[in-house]
Amino acid sequence: MTDKLLEVKDLKKHFPIHRGIVFRREVGAVKAVDGISFDVLKGETLGLVGESGCGKSTTGRLILRLIEPTSGSVRFGGTDLLPLKDRDMRPMRRRMQIVFQNPYGSLDPRMMVGDSIAEPLRVHKLMDGKQIQQRVKELLERVGMSPTYANRYPHEFSGGQRQRIGIARALAINPEFIVADEPVSALDVSVQAQVLNLLADLQDEFKLTYLFIAHNLATVQHISDRVAVMYLGKMVELASSDRLYAEPKHPYTQALLSAAPIADPTQRKRDRMLLQGDLPSPVNPPSGCRFHTRCPLVNEVSNNLCKTEDPPLGDLGGGHLVACHLHKVAPASHLLATVPRA
Amino acid sequence: MAEPLLKVSGLQTHFFTEEGVVKAVDGVDFEVHRGQVLGIVGESGCGKSVTTLSILRLVAAPQGRTVGGQILFKGQDLLKLPEAQMRGIRGNRIALISQDPLTSLNPVLTVGEQIMEAIILHQHVDRRTARKKAIAALEAVGIPSAASRIDEYPHQFSGGMRQRVVIAMALSCEPELLIADEPTTALDVTIQAQILALMDDIRRQREAAIILITHDLGVVAEMCDYVAVMYAGKVVEYSDVATIFANPKHPYTRGLLKSIPQLGEKKSRLVPIEGQPPSLALLPPGCAFAPRCTEYTRKCSQQMPLLEQIDTNHMVRCWVTAGQQDTPAPAGATR
Repeated sequence: MTDKLLEVKDLKKHFPIHRGIVFRREVGAVKAVDGISFDVLKGETLGLVGESGCGKSTTGRLILRLIEPTSGSVRFGGTDLLPLKDRDMRPMRRRMQIVFQNPYGSLDPRMMVGDSIAEPLRVHKLMDGKQIQQRVKELLERVGMSPTYANRYPHEFSGGQRQRIGIARALAINPEFIVADEPVSALDVSVQAQVLNLLADLQDEFKLTYLFIAHNLATVQHISDRVAVMYLGKMVELASSDRLYAEPKHPYTQALLSAAPIADPTQRKRDRMLLQGDLPSPVNPPSGCRFHTRCPLVNEVSNNLCKTEDPPLGDLGGGHLVACHLHKVAPASHLLATVPRA
Repeated sequence: MAEPLLKVSGLQTHFFTEEGVVKAVDGVDFEVHRGQVLGIVGESGCGKSVTTLSILRLVAAPQGRTVGGQILFKGQDLLKLPEAQMRGIRGNRIALISQDPLTSLNPVLTVGEQIMEAIILHQHVDRRTARKKAIAALEAVGIPSAASRIDEYPHQFSGGMRQRVVIAMALSCEPELLIADEPTTALDVTIQAQILALMDDIRRQREAAIILITHDLGVVAEMCDYVAVMYAGKVVEYSDVATIFANPKHPYTRGLLKSIPQLGEKKSRLVPIEGQPPSLALLPPGCAFAPRCTEYTRKCSQQMPLLEQIDTNHMVRCWVTAGQQDTPAPAGATR
């Protein structure tokens, strides 16, 4: 059995909504992440997919405590991160890094890229000046760029190159775990493949564990061992990448897969499942199963169960988890540590 | 085949900047027929949006100018029309659906006001009739309770609904040609499927022609009849959609198709196109793709190949594929 690197249990983030200037009071909350649990095994890539507003980026940031969770627990390498004081959190941060979506916004335009890459080394006081310079050169070479670029500014680089710089910065302190939040979605198609291949190579070389957050299903399937699907702050399905795409069980996963355009004109006539309506607001999510307002199979379940009761995440066997009343399964209380690697 | 609704040939739109001449569009040729969808594919900066702005004559002067070529709309060259006549065509017979529904709607006017503006301008009807037409247009694009939502402001609509409003506005004057510039890029995948289905209905029911600009090859495969692939301001390959996917000829088209992960098939490794798209102000002589091309020959960096016909409805701009032809077909060649 592979070791768990990260265990997330019942993680919640409710962003409060305030009204009033003098008498500021809380009038509600955006339930961005509302009780999700999953594990990430050492050396694997867990993909997190969902539409905008489903809470996938928030989840990534909660794990690193870039946003403070409302409740729940995040255990990294056996240590619960949430009660840690800033001083105790810092050594943990050395082991976990993030690559951001927007390569234009995530590099300081007034810092030379060499300094940006060196910053984590300086913050963690890992090396002296000479060593840092050497390390920056190594890192630039490793991500496929010339070491002489260290003295240039971000505006001199294209999106793909900036994303490589972002990756070099994340690698600087030899982390074990990297949250990649939509790392290729801002890039041109021909450059996306370069960055995806780079991420895969680095994973092999440095035994990295990834949480790969994206909305593009094909990209996530390509890079991930297992994939988790989120909808309105909840996890609706989790399975090995192959299995999720071959046998999706949750109606939302099915709809998501069926809606994704396929780059093959001969498959145009396939049957498709079109969802009606828009994503409901996470301020006031639907009762029961959050997907019931758009679910095409909502009438298949008797007693209006979908509208009244929130389905628990259940285990279909083989580590395939689904939260849907259509699938009567044992609750997955122990959670997914037994999933075979894809 | 009947006369095309729109025939663009040798289009050149350049921007005269302090850094030099940026040849954003420099050799674009294609045709669109009634009831058909033409896809224009390419990466950011390849000139696909400037092409559509050129067709509508909306390129920002004085830096940007269309300096060459023809845009024949039902046989009439749009580049030669006086501005007053062009205004009767723009938004009326050729309509634009822009990429970002949030910025293309005016936030301080109700959606009804914005749709009615075009109807009153082009169809010379009174406000009451215009309002009826606007409600009908909103209903046609699937907005529930259109009669009451017409008085709402854009911020009261979701992203997908806003894009429907933009489409309703474009359809309100029953245009013969719809230009959709990345109409679903800002939308989620389930909403994208709804909008694409809607556009397909429009094409079928109204026999309108659509030019669909996108960088998503999946969307092209789902929607288009013909495809023009652009690179660095030029059309490098043009064919029907089946041929583009089954038998692509230009190394750039082939590279694009190889570099995308396909849903359902697990490849261990992607085959990327190495390097970066070139800067349009500093284009190399010869073929702009040559520095990234796997089939590069010396001729490629010396002389720009022409867009040559290699088969019925299949045109390629490449020395390598042109070299494979026994007899080049100069009859079909365009600049």
